[in-house]
Amino acid sequence: MTGHHHGHAHEHEHEHEHEHEGSELSGMALRVRALESLLVEKGYADPAALDALIEIYETRIGPRNGARVVARAWADPAFRDHLRRDATAAIHGMGFTGRQGEHMVAVENTPEEHNLVVCTLCSCYPWPVLGLPPAWYKAPAYRSRAVMDPRGVLAEFGVALPEGTRIRVWDSTAETRYLVIPMRPAGTEGWSEERLAALVSRDSMIGTALARQPGAAPMAEAPA
Amino acid sequence: MNGAQDLGGMMGFGPVRPEPEHLRFHAAWEKRALAVTLAAGALGQWNIDASRHARETLPPGEYLTSGYYEIWIKGLEKLLLARGLVTAEELREGRMRAPGPALPPLRAEAVEPALMRGSPYDRPATAPARFAVGAAVRTRHFHTPEHTRLPRYARGRRGVVDRVQGVFVFPDSNAHGRGEAPQWLYTVRFAAAELWGEGADPDLTVSIDAWESYLEA
Repeated sequence: MTGHHHGHAHEHEHEHEHEHEGSELSGMALRVRALESLLVEKGYADPAALDALIEIYETRIGPRNGARVVARAWADPAFRDHLRRDATAAIHGMGFTGRQGEHMVAVENTPEEHNLVVCTLCSCYPWPVLGLPPAWYKAPAYRSRAVMDPRGVLAEFGVALPEGTRIRVWDSTAETRYLVIPMRPAGTEGWSEERLAALVSRDSMIGTALARQPGAAPMAEAPA
Repeated sequence: MNGAQDLGGMMGFGPVRPEPEHLRFHAAWEKRALAVTLAAGALGQWNIDASRHARETLPPGEYLTSGYYEIWIKGLEKLLLARGLVTAEELREGRMRAPGPALPPLRAEAVEPALMRGSPYDRPATAPARFAVGAAVRTRHFHTPEHTRLPRYARGRRGVVDRVQGVFVFPDSNAHGRGEAPQWLYTVRFAAAELWGEGADPDLTVSIDAWESYLEA
């Protein structure tokens, strides 16, 4: 996909529009279709299994899982303590287990230090709690600059940290997966975990956003 | 290897383009690319490190101008060819010429248990860890055409051990079929000035996860 197509894709959210462009995108569509039918014909892929894989990542495994982890960490000191001692056990204990989340570490933002997660070498990302990584997380612009100029990257997300805030960047070079715990917004005392979770965006758990303030515009429709 | 995948510190890619959270795929083919990649991986003919090496050995120009699902598909085709599961003619035509080795495919009912189980990469320790939290270390400085998870920007740099994570499969061996060769894994933290030199952000630290053989006292 070229930069042009990449940018173009962002302007539309209806997938089918891209299937008729007569461009590299439809070239890839044909290539993937040929590969899929070949693997099915050779007995290496079961079409029902392919559909099941897609269904799970479209509807069940996504950043709302991670938001529940963050909300519980905010609301429940015992859980927060567990998350600090053994994030893998704490997160698996909520049912968020499996592929690309086998080994978890939770990193907490403080007024003094902000955490940001990247994978400069590929696309390592905590799937069970955040779902599939967004395109920008896997693209060269983010991967190249997050480790060198994270403040510049944050500015592109509309985030300006208070002066003097240190930044800690975690480059995911092994199978450990990092989940950022953003700071709990003021004015949310006594909120239920469900209400708190609605303040937690995907990007705030990567470190490219802060948690929403109470009363801010709610986020767009977001399944799972 | 010093391929196009090793992006830390490169310049000129333009701004990051944020996306709304609910946007999961940009085209229907991306869903199929995800599914065939995961299903083919479940055949057990390669490991995650070999997959990463197949992707990073794409020519740099091609890697940098391919979207990530495109990189996945190109890497998958290389692995299928290398393992003799498909031929180049079959890939070109999208049709079987001759059966390949008999391998049981991932079945629909096995999808959820397999995804939820995952594949832990930690292994039992057989020797004590060489470094403790707080130890000053230097990363080794090497250039290999093989797979490694020590990025160029962090080679030959002084840092401090921040966490001792346990013993994990060593990708530099596992990617090439030389066995898991597990090693102690550490989080090593660097001051930005050590990585980026003059003009580095004084309030920035960066950490990598580094296997023991990447480190010297």
